[in-house]
Amino acid sequence: MSTQVPEQVEDESSAESVSPGKQKRDQKKRERAQRIQEQREAEAAEKARSEDDTYHLKVFRYDPEVPEKQEPRFDDFYVPYKQGMTVLDALMWARDHYDSSLTFRHSCRQAICGSDALFVNGSQRLGCKTQLSDLAEPVRIEPLPHADVVKDLVVDMEHFYDQMEAVEPYFQTNSLPDGELDEQRQTRENREKVKMSTRCIWCSACMSSCNIAAGDNEYLGPAAINKAYRFAMDEREGEDMKQRRLEILEQEHGVWRCQTQFSCTEVCPKDIPLTEHIQELKREAIKNNLKFW
Amino acid sequence: MYEHDVIVVGAGGAGLRAAIAAHEEGADVAIVSKLHPVRSHTGAAEGGINAALREADSWEDHAYDTMKGSDYLADAPAAETLCKDSPKETIKLEHWGMAFSRDDDGRVSQRPFGGLSFPRTTYAGAETGHQLLHTMYEQLVKRGIKVYDEWHVTRLAVSDEERPEDRTCHGIVAYDVQTGKIEGFRARNGVILATGGLGQVYDHTTNAVANTGDGVAMAYRAGVPMEDMEFIQFHPTTLPSTGVLITEGVRGEGGILYNENGERFMFEYGYANNLGELASRDVVSRAELTEVNEGRGIEDEYVHLDMRHLGEERIIDRLENIIHLSEDFEGVNPLDAPMPVKPGQHYAMGGVETDENGETCITGLYAAGECACASVHGGNRLGGNALPELIVFGKRAGHHAAGKDMETAKITTGKVGDYEEAELESPVQLGEVGIGEDVVADGGAAADAGASASGADLVQRAVEDERETIDALLEKEDGIQHAEIRERVQKSMTRNVNVFREEEALKDALRDIREARELYQDVYVGDKSRTFNTDLLQTLETRNILDIAEGITLGALARNEFRGAHWRKEYQERRDEEWLKHTLLSWNDGEPELWYKPVILEGENKTYEPKVRSY
Ligand SMILES: Cc1cc2nc3c(=O)[nH]c(=O)nc-3n(C[C@H](O)[C@H](O)[C@H](O)COP(=O)(O)OP(=O)(O)OC[C@H]3O[C@@H](n4cnc5c(N)ncnc54)[C@H](O)[C@@H]3O)c2cc1C
Ligand code: SF4
Ligand code: FES
Repeated sequence: MSTQVPEQVEDESSAESVSPGKQKRDQKKRERAQRIQEQREAEAAEKARSEDDTYHLKVFRYDPEVPEKQEPRFDDFYVPYKQGMTVLDALMWARDHYDSSLTFRHSCRQAICGSDALFVNGSQRLGCKTQLSDLAEPVRIEPLPHADVVKDLVVDMEHFYDQMEAVEPYFQTNSLPDGELDEQRQTRENREKVKMSTRCIWCSACMSSCNIAAGDNEYLGPAAINKAYRFAMDEREGEDMKQRRLEILEQEHGVWRCQTQFSCTEVCPKDIPLTEHIQELKREAIKNNLKFW
Repeated sequence: MYEHDVIVVGAGGAGLRAAIAAHEEGADVAIVSKLHPVRSHTGAAEGGINAALREADSWEDHAYDTMKGSDYLADAPAAETLCKDSPKETIKLEHWGMAFSRDDDGRVSQRPFGGLSFPRTTYAGAETGHQLLHTMYEQLVKRGIKVYDEWHVTRLAVSDEERPEDRTCHGIVAYDVQTGKIEGFRARNGVILATGGLGQVYDHTTNAVANTGDGVAMAYRAGVPMEDMEFIQFHPTTLPSTGVLITEGVRGEGGILYNENGERFMFEYGYANNLGELASRDVVSRAELTEVNEGRGIEDEYVHLDMRHLGEERIIDRLENIIHLSEDFEGVNPLDAPMPVKPGQHYAMGGVETDENGETCITGLYAAGECACASVHGGNRLGGNALPELIVFGKRAGHHAAGKDMETAKITTGKVGDYEEAELESPVQLGEVGIGEDVVADGGAAADAGASASGADLVQRAVEDERETIDALLEKEDGIQHAEIRERVQKSMTRNVNVFREEEALKDALRDIREARELYQDVYVGDKSRTFNTDLLQTLETRNILDIAEGITLGALARNEFRGAHWRKEYQERRDEEWLKHTLLSWNDGEPELWYKPVILEGENKTYEPKVRSY
């Protein structure tokens, strides 16, 4: 297992040869280009819409049990547009008015249950949090890449859950106060430090966007590492626990696999700075002199 | 058939707490949930958890506020239990690592909330429910408690004695969403329902798509009465296209409501000359709807909530998440334009009748959380009182079902003691279609299993009944689809049984529900696949929506007074001499029966005398 580690370090250093500052600038540039592109697309869509107030969806269909759907295909749906309409609204409309077998997960409709991460016009997004008016037509809706499709837009989440649960994703401490009404205090700064990491809604958009995860099925992935970060950085767990958590993260398929490509951070609907968290854990690991275990 | 000591149906805050409690008692417990636990709607709660944690505060004050807020329709033993247990249950969450917001001294932060005499709402930013749900799920993982996730529970396996009070619940039947398998789950000790809200009875709600009231409807058909169903809380500021909630904080900071003519109607039309936009939820909701009904709404649907005058800096500082909500879900940037808002269904005070230990009148059947009615909230729930209900009563139900000795409950369940039969005239027949002809009502009770049938036999029998029902739905080649029936009921409920309730409109709703029930006889499922068939599941949920809509409307028609969230045009006052009682609706094998039982205002040390609910 440890033979893999040097390789990881090499990858890491080659990534480092491009300075973080430049990476960030490139990142910004990419984002700007993308924004302009998106704007252009949105304008085109606006034009199409003024001609005809419907949205054209192209939706991925597949059902292993239904003969016509065993071969994956795309279906076209034309959905009447209403101000504020999201991709999820459009899918629900299409299902309720055209084809009741159109299948996708959804529940809260407000970006908190994490059920409806989809691949929309080529990127991972929550259907409920994506305004149709921000998208170019036809709106292409596919299941999350790098996951097994169960049916239509539904993917198998088991692997994602397994990774989330592999990092001892629960609070562990030896310093609880005795009284059942006594609080275990935490500084505001520390709470602030873990705040973003606690916002994860387990949508798995990040995992789906990650090239490393696509190539290494055992890689913990950004969300699970972020979950571990949430505890490792929580001062209430104490130093011993932190040590233990870093050991888990240092394993072959842990933090060192990350090649700082930022794709997870770009798609996270909760704006969690995933790549930064992973980088910070790498630094912590080095600090703890655990790197060559 | 699967078998466990305790089966918990639902994995929101209430279900998770119940499972952990049963596990603490050494029971072999499993959760069966149609959603993966972290997808539950508990995650959407923003505001906080009420708990009397500070020296200057006391559970007695919290109980007083709760009883007053309930408009004296909560049962004191339940409300007092809530307030007494909430502090230690809230701190337990903290000991489990929940990321509460913190004060400078490192203690958990608390904030003021409407109707509370002390700032005791303990919170984690604007995402208290999310933090609570995930913290609790972490504890579940830690304990290795089994979760059957994406298993949709379709019916309870209950014995078929004549009186519900003599029946026993032996388990449940569930449908595996991924594979279409129908399986029995035998519960050696008990089944706990924790299925959450029922907002999908309305077409505009802050609730999730999964909140279809399944637990309430399943228990109802198995013989447990639905209690106080007419009490529905509406929230005045929800976004029109999705029902996403815009916090009271916007009005608290100075946000203003305008109608189509740009008039500040809360003042100009005298709805609340003193408090204006800050009046209580029900007053503001009614004002908004009056504006729309009188033709001063925007697009005949909503009003505007404007906060631009607060200035960008202040808005970003205090209400930043509102900018995101409005942009993401309504496509409106509130820094540039007013936000469209309208009232939306938010919370069900009523539900499965239970006592303060979470037990129903059927042996071995429990309920906790929003689906249950103990009753803690009576006629109106205070903000911040639902989350403590999940952890307090979830735990008690879990302990009880696992066999822990509990103090004998003071609240009675089922038709015992001094209950009273109601007289109510309905314009249409209620309940099961075709009853009295040759139709046997489709209950939860596994009929004809014979007196000597074992628990396992009963569960097996229920599984077979369910297979028949589902096969029939899937085999039917044409007819009407659930979406059309659901939409009709939801629209009628929103039109007729909203913040305004008038006799004629309520009767119209009953007629519409009847019509929908008849249409449902002809329902068919377009999707014939056994794999992830959401079409089938929604069809089953629609059935539940029908029963619940009828329960809400009947209660609203019967209660001819104005109490808490229940407003009646013809009766503009609270009528204590007649109405200090709960409404209960029993399925009665398909011929619903309405009855009443008195509210309990006697607490541990005092009696809560009804006073005017003014703030
Ligand atoms: C937007 C919003 C904000 C809120 N804010 C607050 C607040 O600040 N403070 C407060 O105290 N309260 C608040 N509430 C109310 C409170 O959040 C809810 O009442 C509470 O979370 C409900 O929890 P629950 O565990 O009962 O149900 P839920 O969390 O809804 O869970 C229900 C569970 O049951 C399962 N289920 C349902 N039907 C079936 C079936 N047929 N088979 C199998 N499983 C099933 C689901 O999968 C789910 O896991 C808010 C509510 C909303 C909607
Ligand atoms: S980290 Fe972000 S993208 Fe990844 S699962 Fe969590 S919320 Fe989704
Ligand atoms: S539906 Fe819940 S996150 Fe989109």
